[in-house]
Amino acid sequence: MPEPLLEVSHLKKYFPVKSGLLQRTTGQIKAVDDISITIQPGETFGLVGESGSGKSTVGRTIIRLTDKTDGEIKFKGTNLYDLHDHELRKLRPKMQMIFQDPYSSLNPRIRVGDAIGEALLDHSLVPKDEIRDRVIEVLGSCGLSSYHIDRYPHEFSGGQRQRIGIARALILNPDLIIADEPVSALDVSIQAQIINLFRKLQETAGLTYLFISHDLSVVEHLCSRVGVMYLGSMVEMATRDEMFLRPLHPYTKALLSAVPVPIPRLKRERIILKGDIPSPANPPSGCKFHTRCPFAMAKCKERTPEFRDVGGGHFVACHLEV
Amino acid sequence: MAFIERTLTEAGKPVRKARKPSLWSQAFRRLLKNKLAVSGLVVVVFMFVICFLGPVFSPYADNKINMAAMNRAPSLQHWLGTDRLGRDVLTRVLQAGRISLTVGLASMVLSVFLGTFLGAVAGYYRGIVDQVIMRIADLLLTIPGLPLLFIFGALLSDWKVPTDYRMYIVMLMLSLVNWPGLARMVRGQMLSLREREFMQAAVVLGLRDRRKLIHHLIPNLVPLIIVMATLNIGGAILSESVLSFFGLGVMPPTPTWGNMIDAANNMIDFQQHPWLWIPPGVSIFATVIAINIFGDGLRDVLDPKMKR
Repeated sequence: MPEPLLEVSHLKKYFPVKSGLLQRTTGQIKAVDDISITIQPGETFGLVGESGSGKSTVGRTIIRLTDKTDGEIKFKGTNLYDLHDHELRKLRPKMQMIFQDPYSSLNPRIRVGDAIGEALLDHSLVPKDEIRDRVIEVLGSCGLSSYHIDRYPHEFSGGQRQRIGIARALILNPDLIIADEPVSALDVSIQAQIINLFRKLQETAGLTYLFISHDLSVVEHLCSRVGVMYLGSMVEMATRDEMFLRPLHPYTKALLSAVPVPIPRLKRERIILKGDIPSPANPPSGCKFHTRCPFAMAKCKERTPEFRDVGGGHFVACHLEV
Repeated sequence: MAFIERTLTEAGKPVRKARKPSLWSQAFRRLLKNKLAVSGLVVVVFMFVICFLGPVFSPYADNKINMAAMNRAPSLQHWLGTDRLGRDVLTRVLQAGRISLTVGLASMVLSVFLGTFLGAVAGYYRGIVDQVIMRIADLLLTIPGLPLLFIFGALLSDWKVPTDYRMYIVMLMLSLVNWPGLARMVRGQMLSLREREFMQAAVVLGLRDRRKLIHHLIPNLVPLIIVMATLNIGGAILSESVLSFFGLGVMPPTPTWGNMIDAANNMIDFQQHPWLWIPPGVSIFATVIAINIFGDGLRDVLDPKMKR
């Protein structure tokens, strides 16, 4: 086994809840509660879950947009939280992020070409006079044209803007790209284009993705391994085929049963979950899913299930026998 | 952002023509299409030009007392007549314009500088710095501006500050009253900018703080600042006039538009000698209206989201 590109172990991120006149900390929102992920080079790891399950916080904590509460994050063997600011800055180009909202992720007052080339310039990675050529090259590989270089973001459509965001990350030649719901703000036909672009870039540039999404069909199309999050914890993790053919956790089953299938006559059993996702400030005891689980047992309320390996790299956190 | 060359030559041939106009020149072109705003600008420029150049060509000195020609109505010698000391009103109005415009401009520069700096610092660093700056600003905002200025003005009179210095002190006073509003606007804008995804993208890209500030934050603040600054000049000119009218701002014999209107306080002058108070009044009116019209036009062009 080669050295993993990214190793996240027991990552925790708690946000304090402040209330009252003096803004005292009265509680914690456990947005990410003990998550471990290992990503190998060249892999596409899909992280799925409902809104509020903490999947975006995982991505943001890995890339150090927010600080962790506990745990360890190793990128190519370096512990990201041990680095000094200037060391971290040097490492930044190697891990990039693509944001959800293509409208607010580009500065409205900066020309597209400058926005893409700016990081190269600031890190002095490429001589000044070659930057423009590099920008044109990367625009081309993201499906844009060289004449777009002097335009402002407001002159582009959502899909084009997302391509610009991808180009901005790609020009740094990163090893890891964290894509935080990169297609959920786009309409379906554009989604397909962007996903295919992700695929093409993976083949040509050997990229590794951490793909955060709530859209299971997108994840199925793109990812090689999938993790399912619920209320800040990982409930199941497996290769894509295992996950979609043989889901074990009742939550994963419920999610998969909600994916639309393009066969109108097919009768499927929908698993409808009761209620809403509980508040992460006050998560249920034991297995966090027991309040909504159709198979909940007495011990689910009391004991937290172990995240165990059931063979073939398929992990699940559930008391049910499999 | 000049790092991308204007033209790129490939095999000796220019590949592209000149780059597209920047957002600034696009905004400028749109401004020129706004007839009202342009006329406002023309009036403001005209005021500045005649006030600063006019007195040079005037045959009269602004403080030259001429007992032989008191309270003359407008004539060919004295286009706007003379006052009760025989001073030429036109020369004094122009001279007063110099003072009023300078006070307005200088106090705007000072309050914009203070407001932008403090607001940006508060918004960028947040935490305790923000708390301290904004509480001071709140304190100044809770006290109505005019009474505060009156108190300052009365104190100055009490302390017998020499009249030459009063002009500078009036500038300081006006900027002291004006910066909190500006600081709040700039801070608000800063807070909303720093949470935008493009600033997070800048963090992820590993850009230096200096680049984040100069290339990302400030260009997004500048339109707001320009608009606020423009509207601020009008307000400052008006406040200075009010203070001087009440005898709490710049003192005679130094003329300002405000203390010249003081003539209207006197029933005889008000009824018999309208040439004493109409010209400075019209000057204030025209200048402030023109500045506001121009500022509104600027706002429409630079900051379309900020509508009243």
